[in-house]
Amino acid sequence: MYPFTLTKPTGTTEALQAGGRGGRYIAGGTTLVDLMRETVERPGVLVDITALPLRDTALTKGGALRIGALVRMTEAAAHPLVRDLYPVISQALELSASAQLRNMATIGGNIMQRTRCTYFRDVTADCNKREPGSGCAALNGFNRGHAILGTSDQCVATHPSDLAVALAALEASVHLTAPDGSRRTIPFTDFLLQPGSTPDREQALQPGELITAVEIPAMPRPLKSGYLKVRDRQSYEFALTSAAVALHIRSGVIREAKVAAGGVGTVPWKLPAVEQALIGERPSDRLWSKAADHAADGAHPLTHNGFKVELLKRTVEQQLRTVGGTS
Amino acid sequence: MPVADPESDRSATAEAVPAPSRRTFIATATAVSGAVVAGGLATAPAALGATEAVAAEGPPAGTISLTINGARHTATVDNRVSLLDLLREHLDLTGSKKGCNAGACGACTVLVDGHRVNSCLTLAVRLDDAEVTTIEGLADGDHLHPLQQAFIDQDAYQCGFCTSGQIMSGVGCIKEGRTRTPDEIREWMSGNLCRCGCYVKIVRAVEQATGQK
Repeated sequence: MYPFTLTKPTGTTEALQAGGRGGRYIAGGTTLVDLMRETVERPGVLVDITALPLRDTALTKGGALRIGALVRMTEAAAHPLVRDLYPVISQALELSASAQLRNMATIGGNIMQRTRCTYFRDVTADCNKREPGSGCAALNGFNRGHAILGTSDQCVATHPSDLAVALAALEASVHLTAPDGSRRTIPFTDFLLQPGSTPDREQALQPGELITAVEIPAMPRPLKSGYLKVRDRQSYEFALTSAAVALHIRSGVIREAKVAAGGVGTVPWKLPAVEQALIGERPSDRLWSKAADHAADGAHPLTHNGFKVELLKRTVEQQLRTVGGTS
Repeated sequence: MPVADPESDRSATAEAVPAPSRRTFIATATAVSGAVVAGGLATAPAALGATEAVAAEGPPAGTISLTINGARHTATVDNRVSLLDLLREHLDLTGSKKGCNAGACGACTVLVDGHRVNSCLTLAVRLDDAEVTTIEGLADGDHLHPLQQAFIDQDAYQCGFCTSGQIMSGVGCIKEGRTRTPDEIREWMSGNLCRCGCYVKIVRAVEQATGQK
């Protein structure tokens, strides 16, 4: 690990100033410390933001759910508002990592976590994300776990977060504050960037910008939702495929459908074609199958991950059935 | 070329033969300087005397005061030092184990402010005023913690390397109330790997200790 200085601001203004001077924010540190030890990350200055007042989980006046950036994964998953209103978020969180890591990691840090691509984590391998212009060892390497959607000839790494899949499905937004104090809110699906020709740029953050909260919009009720994660072992593993599903069904007809997939995209992959196939229809096994047929639209499998195309369709189909039933 | 990694044993042993072990090297430096300057020593050539090593434009460090197993400690630590290395290399609390050093195995699990965490991914310098409990702090004198006794009763280990982490994680798991069924225990203990494969008995041990004080 390279040496670094650490500042511990007690207030947001002080933290933003340090961030504006090029400091790197650290919260739970479960990704950052790990990658610093591998010398993948080499920040010269860390700004410890754990003392900032970003720990609230509450409903807004408009009925949206706002989760502070420094809420721990454990706390968010257990929060009554999250559990009652958006089970898909609780489930995505509790199927992530381990109890120990969830006690450390925060919501803001979770959506900032970096890919688990082994070539990215290995500083001796070519990786355009880590070292722009060096090439992509995964393209022609061992790419069983890599993406089939949103890839480019520069990068095929998946985004590892489960929470991010749920947030993408629910069309959440991210609250940001810049070093000059100005605030903005951007859709979560615009926050994470596909690799394109700049895979080193992963989030739509300006220098020094700080995540203060994520916000999940109010949804029509009743809303059923849930998260399915498919992986090589039953627990404590990243997804091969996953599906976040939320359905608003009234008078036997699906009025709203929110669906996204994980483990398959360079970013959490929203599935508008699946959603469109569901809206206005009555739940049935046939419908789930028909809608899920669109789950892998546009997929470009690599040498070793062709199985993800069919696995993704089945993952989405099963989760539609689990959430929507067959009444 | 990065500065020698303070967590790597190689950095202290690769340069000279016979090289002092990392632990004795640092213990020497500590005795000479009268302060715990964890990790920073690894950046100095082994040929330097301990005092010089401490004085040589040390890497950024911070002073923390924290409670470990009920005892107050004040230490000046290189910012890079993990809680695990502070415990093992500088406070001689070697019960917490270094398995993967990457948050993937759970052998380093301790409680920080009552919550189970991976001490390998926890920077010690961020723990000012924290309360840490390690496996060494679990028993009450000769009276074992119920989960320690349960691990013995259930024969829940073979090589024992993961056991302290399993027990600390199990203490957290019981405290969190995630022990209602064997399946629930398995899921909520999944952050602790056991390469000997003692999972069935580990689950039984956690079941046995659940509800005992």
